[in-house]
Amino acid sequence: MSDIGLGHFLIVSTMLFFIGIYGFMTRRNMITMLMSVELILNACNINFIAFNKFLFPNQLDGVFFTLFVIAIAAAEAAVAIAIIINLYRNRKSIDAEDADMMRL
Amino acid sequence: MSDSLALLLVPALPLAAFLLIFLVGRVYFPKFSGILGTVIMLATTVISMATAYKYFFVTGKVDGVYQHLIAFKFTWLPFSENVSIDMGAIMDPISMVMICVVTFISLMVHIYSLGYMKGEDRFAIYYSYLGLFTFSMLGLVLSTNIFQIYIFWELVGVSSFLLIGYYFDKPSAVAASKKAFIVTRFADAGFLIGILVLSYYTGTLDFETMIARLTVPGSELTAITTAGFLGVSALTWGLMLVFMGGAGKSAMFPLHIWLPDAMEGPTPVSALIHAATMVVAGVYLVARLFPIFAISCPVGLDVVAYIGVFSSMFAAIIACTQTDIKRVLAYSTMSQIGYMMFALGVAGYGGENGLGFTASFFHLFTHAMFKALLFLGAGAVIHYVHSNDMRDMGGLRKHMPVTHIAFLIACLAIAGVPGFAGFFSKEEILTAAHNSNPIIYWCAIATAALTAFYMFRLYFNIFWNKEYHAHHSDSHHGDDHHHGEAPWSMKAPLIILALLSIATGYIPFGNFVSSDGQALHSEFHLTSAILPVSLAIGAIIVAMLFYRKKNAVPDKIAGTIKGVYTGALHKFYIDELYLFVTKKLIFGIGGTIAAWFDKNVVDGVVNFSATVGENFSDTLKKMQNGKVQSYAMYFFTGVLGFVLLFVFLWDKF
Repeated sequence: MSDIGLGHFLIVSTMLFFIGIYGFMTRRNMITMLMSVELILNACNINFIAFNKFLFPNQLDGVFFTLFVIAIAAAEAAVAIAIIINLYRNRKSIDAEDADMMRL
Repeated sequence: MSDSLALLLVPALPLAAFLLIFLVGRVYFPKFSGILGTVIMLATTVISMATAYKYFFVTGKVDGVYQHLIAFKFTWLPFSENVSIDMGAIMDPISMVMICVVTFISLMVHIYSLGYMKGEDRFAIYYSYLGLFTFSMLGLVLSTNIFQIYIFWELVGVSSFLLIGYYFDKPSAVAASKKAFIVTRFADAGFLIGILVLSYYTGTLDFETMIARLTVPGSELTAITTAGFLGVSALTWGLMLVFMGGAGKSAMFPLHIWLPDAMEGPTPVSALIHAATMVVAGVYLVARLFPIFAISCPVGLDVVAYIGVFSSMFAAIIACTQTDIKRVLAYSTMSQIGYMMFALGVAGYGGENGLGFTASFFHLFTHAMFKALLFLGAGAVIHYVHSNDMRDMGGLRKHMPVTHIAFLIACLAIAGVPGFAGFFSKEEILTAAHNSNPIIYWCAIATAALTAFYMFRLYFNIFWNKEYHAHHSDSHHGDDHHHGEAPWSMKAPLIILALLSIATGYIPFGNFVSSDGQALHSEFHLTSAILPVSLAIGAIIVAMLFYRKKNAVPDKIAGTIKGVYTGALHKFYIDELYLFVTKKLIFGIGGTIAAWFDKNVVDGVVNFSATVGENFSDTLKKMQNGKVQSYAMYFFTGVLGFVLLFVFLWDKF
């Protein structure tokens, strides 16, 4: 059993990223889309940590950035859910297809 | 008063009258404007007469030769060191004669109009326009610079346009003013090109320098005569184009068509502008450049002569058939200007050869008197009868005796009956023609006979023929005919001009105006006068037989020469020809092509770009559908594009 290297981490994060993209593009439910965004952000987090660990082991920049991303993701989720709830109150739907008022 | 001040005042006073009446007078003292304009005109006349007197008898002559003096000149638009447009005043015999004629006739018309135009709505405007015209005409004759003359030339054209269109609520007057403006503008385009050609080769716009450079052999003269276009030298082209401008203003064939229509203006205006002063501007222009014509370009002078004599005869034939009295006079004017033109055309430079030059100006002078008189007389008749048509007139000699006598004197003068002014000037022209060119001489003799015939046809039709009965029905105000012949303001100019139509003939004109400034003593040959005088008297007798009593002879004669008669009655279809050329050929064929080009090519390009823009924006509009996921798709595609770009292609740049 060989060592787990940077390539393995990057493969996982890439898979996670594209799963997130796929989910964001195909799901019509806004909550699911929000979850997909979380997946994309987490793919970024894995990248940060992996690069930090393998390329600059004696620094902590990547870890700090990960903490920031998690904080921002939490804030973003709160705002997004607030928007979704308001949308639901107005339209009785959280389908992304129905939320096209911004066009006009 | 010094000459420069006087010659500054001469054009400036009418300009002041124009500005004063136009800006202030028409609002605050419309009734008084006429008197004001007349008084200012009187002052101008006195000043110009005094200046001319001083020039001719005191200062002008040095060693028996009249000098070209520059009274004042200032540079207005300098182009380069030697080429500039100046504003100035020249003093030489022809300009002095012209300012006298212009101011005097203008004064007469100012006085006459006090009566004739009384009660018109735009009385003050009328007087302001008269002031504008007089200013422009005086500026024109005093020009020292060919470009200055062009500027005033256009100003004269504008005032003519304004005055022809004075009755702007009458469609025919509007059409006539437009026609006059367009035809003369067309000619002036040639004039401008001519100026450019001449000034390009001579390197100057100044008359004296230009004449000096083009008459004395030198590099400029060699350059302009060797340069050519279509086998004609640049000098001839330049002079012919300048003459084209002159022919347009002077209503020479084939640019004469505006003059008869210009009679739509008020009659005193016709007398001032379209008979006595403005239309002789072309003659004046040729005379101004006469040394160049005579010494360097005799071909050009021949063209002037033939166009003059042809116009003269052409107009005389048409005048025999017209029934509108003002149109008869218009054609007669054209005919007489043709006389002046060919008199210049047959003249040479200096000495006895210059007889035609003197004769031309002599005729210009006498013609101004009797033609103004004829128009003012016709105006009085129209004032009385309320019609322009000679068929509505007849037997007026008892109703308007003063007009009758004055008109008769003018007719005798223009017919060339001995003792009257026209006789002397016409005799001189005929002698000049006889000495140089037999074709022109015989044409001129024939024209003289025709002139006598149509003038007396007019005279007998107005004052004899049938008895006059006032048509109360076609007059709006029935008591109009009780106003008598005419007010004194109208009669006085008639009487003055009638006296001058006799007296001016006795002026020894050769002493004052000649081609080279030296006095010319023209001998009077009794033998050469016999033929034209007997022809003129014969023509008068024929006219008397035809028209004194109403009879069937004229119609019978007209019937036998039906072709010529109908042709002349329709002015030889020149108007129709021009309409055909402009409407059918230029606007018809050229217009169709232009319209096709406009509709298909120009509009096509515009419509095409609009369609492309519309389709493109439709596509863009569909992209913005409000669906957040498609936006994410575009975004992601873009990012992917950039990634591919940076990863695979970046190095290659």
